[in-house]
Amino acid sequence: MAAPILRWVGPGKRWALAWVDSSSSHRRVSPNGSASHRMREQRSVAQQSLHTAPKPRKGGHKWAAVVGLEVHAQISSNSKLFSGSQVSFAAPPNSLVSFFDASLPGTLPVLNRRCVEAAVMTGLALNCHINKKSLFDRKHYFYADLPAGYQITQQRLPIAVRGSLTYGVFVGNKRSHMATKTVRIKQIQLEQDSGKSLHDDLRSQTLIDLNRAGVGLLEMVLEPDLSCGEEAATVVRELQLILQALGTSKANMAEGQLRVDANISVHQPGEPLGIRTEVKNLNSIRFLARAIDHEIQRQISELESGGVILNETRSFDHRLGCTVPMRDKEGKQDYRFMPEPNLPPLVLYDTASLPVGVEPQQVINIDQIRDTLPELPRVTRERLVREYGMLPEHSFTLLNEVGLLQFFQSVMKETRAEPKKVTSWVLNVLLGYLKQHNLAVNESPITPSALAGLLDLLDSKAISSSAAKEVFEELWKGKAKTAAQIVSEKQLELMQDQEALEQLCQATMEGHPQVVTDMKTGNPKAINKLIGLVRKATLNRADPAVIKNILERLSA
Amino acid sequence: MLGRTLREVSVALKQGQITPTELCRKCLSVIQKTKFLNAYITVSYEVALKQAEESEKRYKKGQSLGELDGIPVAVKDNFSTAGIETTCASNMLKGYIPPFNATVVQKLLDQGAVLMGKTNLDEFAMGSGSTDGAFGPVKNPWSYSKQYREQRRLRSPGERRGADEDWLIAGGSSGGSAAAVAAATCFAALGSDTGGSTRNPAAHCGLVGFKPSYGLVSRYGLIPLVNSMDVPGILTRCVDDAAAVLGVLAGHDPKDSTTVQDPVKPFVLPSLTDVSKLCVGIPKEYLVPELSSEVRSLWSKAAGLFESAGAKVIDVSLPHTSYSIVCYHVLCTSEVASNMARFDGLEYGHRCDINESTEAMYAATRREGFNDVVRGRILSGNFFLLKENYENYFIKAQKVRRLIANDFVNVFNSGVDVVLTPTTLSEAVPFLEFIKEDNRTRSAQDDIFTQAANMAGVPAVSVPAGLSPQGLPIGLQFIAPAFGDQKLLTVAKWFEKQIQFPVTQLQELTEDCPSGFENDNSASVFLKQC
Repeated sequence: MAAPILRWVGPGKRWALAWVDSSSSHRRVSPNGSASHRMREQRSVAQQSLHTAPKPRKGGHKWAAVVGLEVHAQISSNSKLFSGSQVSFAAPPNSLVSFFDASLPGTLPVLNRRCVEAAVMTGLALNCHINKKSLFDRKHYFYADLPAGYQITQQRLPIAVRGSLTYGVFVGNKRSHMATKTVRIKQIQLEQDSGKSLHDDLRSQTLIDLNRAGVGLLEMVLEPDLSCGEEAATVVRELQLILQALGTSKANMAEGQLRVDANISVHQPGEPLGIRTEVKNLNSIRFLARAIDHEIQRQISELESGGVILNETRSFDHRLGCTVPMRDKEGKQDYRFMPEPNLPPLVLYDTASLPVGVEPQQVINIDQIRDTLPELPRVTRERLVREYGMLPEHSFTLLNEVGLLQFFQSVMKETRAEPKKVTSWVLNVLLGYLKQHNLAVNESPITPSALAGLLDLLDSKAISSSAAKEVFEELWKGKAKTAAQIVSEKQLELMQDQEALEQLCQATMEGHPQVVTDMKTGNPKAINKLIGLVRKATLNRADPAVIKNILERLSA
Repeated sequence: MLGRTLREVSVALKQGQITPTELCRKCLSVIQKTKFLNAYITVSYEVALKQAEESEKRYKKGQSLGELDGIPVAVKDNFSTAGIETTCASNMLKGYIPPFNATVVQKLLDQGAVLMGKTNLDEFAMGSGSTDGAFGPVKNPWSYSKQYREQRRLRSPGERRGADEDWLIAGGSSGGSAAAVAAATCFAALGSDTGGSTRNPAAHCGLVGFKPSYGLVSRYGLIPLVNSMDVPGILTRCVDDAAAVLGVLAGHDPKDSTTVQDPVKPFVLPSLTDVSKLCVGIPKEYLVPELSSEVRSLWSKAAGLFESAGAKVIDVSLPHTSYSIVCYHVLCTSEVASNMARFDGLEYGHRCDINESTEAMYAATRREGFNDVVRGRILSGNFFLLKENYENYFIKAQKVRRLIANDFVNVFNSGVDVVLTPTTLSEAVPFLEFIKEDNRTRSAQDDIFTQAANMAGVPAVSVPAGLSPQGLPIGLQFIAPAFGDQKLLTVAKWFEKQIQFPVTQLQELTEDCPSGFENDNSASVFLKQC
């Protein structure tokens, strides 16, 4: 099927610029007002508010922000929600389109069992009540990438309701303490994704790709329990980790497998909630936080300058760092919801209600799914703290970086080194190098075994920690050598010869009588200087603690 | 040969009295001769002949696929047929060639049936006369029958109006399928039945028109009117033939989640000899003032027939019948509004030349593609589905629908086996008279006896009950509990046997000169009843 070609009028981008220009009087813009200045300013504002909830302005009223999220997660499944077409990212356009996906007349939806299981699994992981009977509805609107003219969703009776998600936030200035918070989950519903419209402004055309049309989505509606961008970002990150742990969604925001809409309003504490705006299609956690904080600030400024907030849909322009109204869809949409007549009610069972003599493949047993739930991130973190005596924030970092926990655990399996040592090397050294080189964990040139080998040498005191750093750098270069090979080639082993070390110490002391005198008068810097000199003489191959012992003994 | 029933011709094929290709050619030639009936939108000459040749090879090897092997059939043009244009009699789908077969079409082909073509209908099956399609109205073959013409001559001897001026409607919306079977161009045809669209034309064309239980036969590939009421229908010359076709079509389809899960047994109808244990219900609400005296008298005659054979015949009440029409109107138009949303000119079908914006393109495409009837229903349906109206219209209509369905449940729970009703208010009317009323009024009037069965999902069959004084067929309807299809057809078969519906005498039909039927000396095609 050839992609239909459409003419399209009114590209959305113009609006973005128009808005900034027309409202520039409201905001503090640097005098020369260049775009780059504006951007930089916006970004710094956003970054500030990343750490703290928006603060009231001097002399102004106190404002409270209320943020609710709607999260769409693409279900990780082989085929689409109601058709047999394959689900795959970045396939050639319109190559994964069944007759049903293209809405050929007479085709009918057939519910994908895997998608239902994913919804139940996610619902259970988010402490939801699973509805044993749920229904499908049609939501109507005309759009070029919605071939049937309606989306099949679960408006009246969704598959899961009334859940909660706990997440950790840092408190205090040092950001070292963790506090646990909870956001309520209103419902989780199964629904179809739409296709993609590609607007070619140059040729005034719209190209339609239906590969995504009909892919299963979990729409998770969160209650408005959040108050700032950072909280929202933390919640979405936690949700992402949960979905990935469950395997129900790859939840990769860059590939559009996780999309977030945020409902935002501000009000004076004690007053009724303010009018909300919806910021749509936030496709990275960083933008999510920035967009929410920007929108909160915008609403506050608007209200403080006597303006009103419109109940409207806005989008986040990440280049400008601000939210802008989306193209008006000619007044309010009435989706004309209607029950989907081609799908009978979705009925789920638990072990108690399972009908007798029914084939297990024909029904979905909630209890059975509950039994197969994997360890959730919160539990993993608690286990890390318990098993390895790790700080809670370290457990967060280990989970937040994709693949880092697996890396850590692989190192732990192969090394005799202390967990604290391993944690420190993985989080401080390895992660630092990865970030510096902009690499993902799975792109690390150092394998877990190589790091384990290095840590073993360190643990057995065969090398000093400074030598270990040198070995690490060599390993990073990736010449397929083991830590032990590097150590022996570069002669980095610690000097184990006590007698030779004593001679070196003696010689150093004799060469620096003034320092020895200082040491004896109790200047603490003096001994460190001597230690340094001895280490230098050993080409960094001696343990400073051992040197210190000898020096103290000799000078006694 | 052409006037025989499906089962008779099946035996003839097996015994080698005729070969599938001979039979196919004969039918194609009748199609050619009866072209003026406008029964077919597309005649699939090449496909049919090829299928017939393949069937012939199988017969020669003694490997016939069964009763339907080599049997010419026709399919209403709202069932998807792979490689064959499927239009729904709408400009919107002119030129649309589906890449797949509807499950029911595939099942017929798998049994070796020979597809003669796609039959005419009201646009998107919205109508009760087969007069409102983009390809023009269907003419009822009975307009040219010896019986009708003789009666007409007796009644108004002075008038010498030609049949081409006052021909009768075929009923609808499956009028093309009914005309195709009645004119002996095939032995069975598929219709669709949402509010009576199979039973109504069957009654007007002197055929058996069967609407199976909702969920017994797959809707996959049937271009929907109202998903929750649509059922593929079967049009044949006798009840046994309908049972034979049902046997092939019935059963679970993994592509249609609303079909029954339980395995379906083949439908073989016993010849009922004793009806003394049978209880027939006569719903009093169906005795409406608009009912013609001819239909009324045949209805009461039929009741008398059951009673005199020892059956218990009782008055029953279906108290919510009178709400059926308005309820149907709301539910039907709402689903229509939704189902028609996909016709936007993007993926398939008609697309207008306007391309100023996507919205302008949608509007013009839909304006050009749909007729007034379809557009009217889309507008009403969208009105009923608006947030502010949904509770007052759609939800209420759903509740009324439940009450109507419960009416049937209550009657059948009280010991009634089948309900006996008229199928239509009167016999077929001339086209010129029919079009005096608009489509909506007509549909509301004509669906009055048939619609409730769709609301309730129960099986119903229209069986020819006799000829009116005008010489036109009149059908009566039997309704049974959900999935009581076999019992329903068994009773219908008993009734059919008692009635001995007269042999239909169609004058030889010639395309260019329908009025030539006045000539009594022309050879006749005799349709024999089983």
